[in-house]
Amino acid sequence: MSINLHDVEHVAKLARLLLTDEEKERYTDQLNAILKYADKLNELNTDDVQPTTHVLPIRNVMREDEVRPSLDREHVMKNAPEEEDGQFRVPAVLE
Amino acid sequence: MTPLDYTLAELKQQLSARTLSATELTDAVFARIAATDGTVQAFLTLNEEQARAEAHRYDDKYVQGEGLGALAGIPAGIKDNIITEGLRTTCASRFLDNFVPVHDAFVSRKLKEAGVITAGKLNMDEFAMGGSNENSAYQVTRNPWDVERVPGGSSGGSAAAVAAGQVPFSLGSDTGGSIRQPASYCGIVGLKPTYGLISRFGLVAFASSLDQIGPLTRTVEDSAHVLQAIAGHDTMDSTSANVDIPDYAAALQGDVRGLRIGVPKEYMSEGVDPKVKQAVLDALQTFESLGATWEEVSLPHTEYAVAAYYLLASSEASSNLSRFDGVRYGVRAENPDNLIDLYFKSRSEGFGSEVKRRIMLGTYALSSGYYDAYYLKAQKVRTLIKQDFDQAFQKYDLLIGPTAPTTAFKIGEQINNPLQMYMNDILTIPVSLAGVPAISVPCGMADGLPVGLQIIGKPFDESAVLRAAHLFEQATEHHKLRPQL
Repeated sequence: MSINLHDVEHVAKLARLLLTDEEKERYTDQLNAILKYADKLNELNTDDVQPTTHVLPIRNVMREDEVRPSLDREHVMKNAPEEEDGQFRVPAVLE
Repeated sequence: MTPLDYTLAELKQQLSARTLSATELTDAVFARIAATDGTVQAFLTLNEEQARAEAHRYDDKYVQGEGLGALAGIPAGIKDNIITEGLRTTCASRFLDNFVPVHDAFVSRKLKEAGVITAGKLNMDEFAMGGSNENSAYQVTRNPWDVERVPGGSSGGSAAAVAAGQVPFSLGSDTGGSIRQPASYCGIVGLKPTYGLISRFGLVAFASSLDQIGPLTRTVEDSAHVLQAIAGHDTMDSTSANVDIPDYAAALQGDVRGLRIGVPKEYMSEGVDPKVKQAVLDALQTFESLGATWEEVSLPHTEYAVAAYYLLASSEASSNLSRFDGVRYGVRAENPDNLIDLYFKSRSEGFGSEVKRRIMLGTYALSSGYYDAYYLKAQKVRTLIKQDFDQAFQKYDLLIGPTAPTTAFKIGEQINNPLQMYMNDILTIPVSLAGVPAISVPCGMADGLPVGLQIIGKPFDESAVLRAAHLFEQATEHHKLRPQL
């Protein structure tokens, strides 16, 4: 499989990245080289192989649903780029 | 001999006997950093004022004979993707240029409980993506053995700081080799523990199914002491393993007589520098003289590991890094048209080129129509790679090979060829995919540059890995070499 300039523009949009024309061209070339290398995996027949998502033999880790302390609001807001009344301020979502 | 030449056990002994104070030690650390970091450029942020105040406090406690942690009064450096309360943590990214964490990572807290003083935060490839530190948004850390060369990465600052004698030890993180490869390039000891042994709570996530924190030290015994301080179950990380933690320093005792070592033939193939290969063969001879036996073994899926890794790690990264949206922390772009535009601009201005490349690759591999062909396929190949290790460990106690195919390369040499750069991790990535523990220890020099020996163990058998590494170290002189700075 190969990736073209149009694919790169689509993927950049999905990833919320603005790319310059130079970046688009460079990533098209580089991603093609990486994906071509990844095609190597198709040499292996994996029809009967289970996927590994992670290596530990654990499934869901459950705990009691109890109220417990967490970070206080003042602390959490310390790194906020913009704040108003203890909340994160962002540009209007609806016009 | 300065305090910075001592091992952790020696420092602890001197501090307890009060022949050395925490203040003197901390002064020595900052004097060494001042003298060498203009060249090495390992530190992104120093914690000098706070560290000196803490050193005073520990000296008082030592005088009063209060109960003290196992590493009380010993300074260390921490990789800048491990969050530290009140101390700037950037992940070497412009995106987090102004980020000051409001709580500690599990390991940062454990180090504090052990009495460790944080000297500062160490440079890395941005968000741990890279193997040279050239992807840092701030500076390129230099290899103390040759300042024209990279220290390796992504924990390059952590490795260079220890090799340059700036701090007695540091913490790094390893996703595909990011502790072991820089340890190898810088001639020090780097341990990647079993996936799940160390809590990832507060480690800024790159690839969650692979990321693991570990120590970078000058000796194997030091590595055991640091591991002891940071291992343990944590309910804040659902992949934290609930296992008994042995006494790692005690596990160093014993011998390797009768130990069965497998040497993966794929790790000694033609892609490996002949001088690196020779250093590893010499090391195997040392193990033989200590009573171990070794023979060749095959890990047949090794050649597929790099491809599988880059698809999996990039996919996980593209998901993990979606949290950097400019809303709650980090650098927000100015004058966005609307909320979506704020995401686009903040991310595009905040991320560097390699990070964008991996987000692109991961987003593509996870996107509709390609998921099965890339992401799922890579997960299946991961199973085959893990099975290679399972089978080898039925017959062998440990696997041994080089940590990296070459010694440290020159700054700028590989920066325009991502695929070539990825190949430096060809011998560490399979181990990460299998989730098993491995250590890199110095095993010789090639043209004036250190070579690392990789010792790989069974899951949660850090004791066997550390013991073999310790006995090798005791039998050789490689770890005593120091770069001239």
